[in-house]
Amino acid sequence: MAKVVVITSGKGGVGKTTTTAAIGAALARAGKSVVVVDFDVGLRNLDLVMGAERRVVFDLVNVVQGTAKLNQALIRDKRLENLYLLPASQTRDKDALTEEGVKVVIDELRSRFDYVICDSPAGIERGAQMAMRFADEAVIVTNPEVSSVRDSDRIIGLLDSRTLKAERGETMVKHVLITRYDGARAARSEMLSIDDVLDILSTTLLGIIPESEGVLRASNMGAPITLNEPANPAAKAYMEAARRLLGEDVPMTLPSDRRGLLDRLLGRRAA
Amino acid sequence: MTNLLDFFKRRGSAPVARERLQVLLAYERNNRNQPDLVAVLREEIMAVIARHMQIDQDDVQISMDRGETTSTLEIDIQFPNAA
Repeated sequence: MAKVVVITSGKGGVGKTTTTAAIGAALARAGKSVVVVDFDVGLRNLDLVMGAERRVVFDLVNVVQGTAKLNQALIRDKRLENLYLLPASQTRDKDALTEEGVKVVIDELRSRFDYVICDSPAGIERGAQMAMRFADEAVIVTNPEVSSVRDSDRIIGLLDSRTLKAERGETMVKHVLITRYDGARAARSEMLSIDDVLDILSTTLLGIIPESEGVLRASNMGAPITLNEPANPAAKAYMEAARRLLGEDVPMTLPSDRRGLLDRLLGRRAA
Repeated sequence: MTNLLDFFKRRGSAPVARERLQVLLAYERNNRNQPDLVAVLREEIMAVIARHMQIDQDDVQISMDRGETTSTLEIDIQFPNAA
């Protein structure tokens, strides 16, 4: 049974696109057939993070409007043959997405893939609502910081009211994914703790992604971090989160400030 | 040991990012407010082919790889052999 998962947050810059790429690639590496869909019409970036920016011919809006077939718009990843990208359009605005059109595309993707991962645009407007509309599950990307948590709370409200699942009276499965977590700062109480965040949002935890320079390196290279540096602590945390999405029971580890001697000598921060 | 390797590898990524962005932005700036060349080419090529044979849109695969100096546009059309 195909699953449609929306990666959302409300706030911008918290790591939705990074998360979409990392979890999409991790699921594909686990043997699932996966498509990552960019819903950020007008400001697409998932193509860049996936390293496919030179290969975009058609996009989601073309497919929604029927000017291209789904087959023609899907871009197959060069590293993993069961990972595909459906890019967003750059020249249109978010109103180009109609609910009926998006439904047709999502239904077709459901029939072809095990996982359909929708990368939501920031905000709570039409684009974000279209990205979550047909989802079965939601991953709410949150930084341990007040404005991000507040926006996540608003998004949770929309997930529980504006999605098809909610309107049918079914439960939308929601998970919080905490990104850019800095163990040292949390230990000094400079950052909201995991418990604080979960307590406020009263949602289960999918994973804790430590702050890592590897995230920037991966986007520089145009590769999901789970493929670019699989041994990196953030990549490992993403892979564990992906396994939890698959239903595995993976114990949660709190990323601590584990720096090697060499890192300390060189004055480098967490990997 | 991996830390040490990482340390040397680490220098690599920013120049790669810079080059990727330069190629991409050069293309995007040029094409802002212009009709999508690929879409135009596709329409016209399809029209020419349709004059000579029946083709289904499903049987046309179009892929592109944009490079710094040259790009490739690959159009793969499957059509039935003449009876």
